[in-house]
Amino acid sequence: MSKVLENVLYASSHEWARIEGDVAYVGISDYAQHALGSVVFVDLPSVGDEFSAEEEFGAVESVKAASDLMMPLSGEVLEVNEAVIDQPELLNKDPYANWLIKIQIKDAKETKNLLNATDYTKICK
Amino acid sequence: MSDVKRTILYQNHVELGGNMVEFAGFEMPLFYSNITEEHHAVRNNVGMFDVSHMGEILVTGKDALAFVNHICTNDFSKVAINKLNYTLFCYEDGGCVDDSMVYRMCENEFLLVVNASNLEKDYEWIVNQTNGFDVIVENVSDYYGQIALQGPLAEAIFQQMVGFDLSKILFLEFTFDDVLGQKAIVSRSGYTGEDGFEIYAEKNHIVTIWNHLIKRYHVTPCGLGCRDTLRFEAALPLYGHEIDATINPLEAGLGFAVKLDKPEFIGKTALADQKANGLKRKMVGIELLERNIPRQGYPVFANDEQIGVITTGYLSPSSGLPVANALISPSFAKIGTNVFVQIRKKMVPAVVRDRKFYNKKYKKGE
Repeated sequence: MSKVLENVLYASSHEWARIEGDVAYVGISDYAQHALGSVVFVDLPSVGDEFSAEEEFGAVESVKAASDLMMPLSGEVLEVNEAVIDQPELLNKDPYANWLIKIQIKDAKETKNLLNATDYTKICK
Repeated sequence: MSDVKRTILYQNHVELGGNMVEFAGFEMPLFYSNITEEHHAVRNNVGMFDVSHMGEILVTGKDALAFVNHICTNDFSKVAINKLNYTLFCYEDGGCVDDSMVYRMCENEFLLVVNASNLEKDYEWIVNQTNGFDVIVENVSDYYGQIALQGPLAEAIFQQMVGFDLSKILFLEFTFDDVLGQKAIVSRSGYTGEDGFEIYAEKNHIVTIWNHLIKRYHVTPCGLGCRDTLRFEAALPLYGHEIDATINPLEAGLGFAVKLDKPEFIGKTALADQKANGLKRKMVGIELLERNIPRQGYPVFANDEQIGVITTGYLSPSSGLPVANALISPSFAKIGTNVFVQIRKKMVPAVVRDRKFYNKKYKKGE
């Protein structure tokens, strides 16, 4: 059974967003890291890049496969977590503590398209 | 999933915690612990694979040699009894039906080991070529189970299980002898770039051999995940990646197994013509100059034009380098040529290199 945190919102493509005012931290869920297996590479965008919601912004990769990352919310990249680039296995250890990017939220209304923990748990079966 | 087949070792894989996936119509373990650990077990110690899904086709009869030489690009008139060799089967246009390891069992008997994903297609194609040859072609895949025991410790461990001297069997040689009390084919061969053996026996006996290797010698069971990383590093082709019906063996860099000096074989005219007039594409190695992972299907560019495509690529577990095979225009195939690989939206700089991602450790004769 994979872990689902209460204090974050989820995309059905298995990314999470932790909202703090008008910024959000974005990562992948425990379900996603488990499905992927040992993460060996994380491909992240650059600070200043802008993406729409549901646009591909990078990938997390195991030895065998690349899994695209989709933006849960539209926004501009404010910060990239260099720690997960240097140590991709951190995503297997704790996918919620180890966020991928921090973004400036463009449209707060988009958060209503995301899932809460209860609804996300239902699709992780 | 109702038509998915299982090998005789299916229950063993489940009990060993195998992460089961569908491959070539079989439920097979992708890995047991993880791909990287299993990869290193084979490179540094020993590992074993259930390859019972592979197909075996037996060709017997008065014209067996002539027939095998008709359907194979390699020359089996030069392969003695108790030896095996690599070959391709080609269509008339030079594209590949499949590749195969062919065992010369006796004067007039050959065992063709083929990819599981192609077995039915291969069998039908082979049978369709028999006109005018006095041969019998049988699909004997259901009889055999197969284990590949691979790695530097393979010989030392397996020697304790057999009464014959394994050091006398060199690379691409085999024997048919007792293994734990029943006859098996034991060849020094494999698909990893390491020394090791491939063992074929009646499938229930394969379970006995598997259990003995696990329980008595604690050999690491390895899944298809590392089978692919290992064969890739050793520049061994895989059907559906480096070869297929649209890629001929000369383009794939397999000219060593295409004997154009043979009087005749299916595809010879087209392949000889390609060789004389120049190949349209060439298989090269590619190394990224930035951290990323090149994967099958990613396009390769030079001067803003697509010049080819990645056929297999990995963050190579042995070297940690982002390397790949790519089938590209020969104009850019020179080692050191700068190219780009498109990975998602990025153009990642890369350079053409050789395909020796790992130095093979085969035990050949003097």
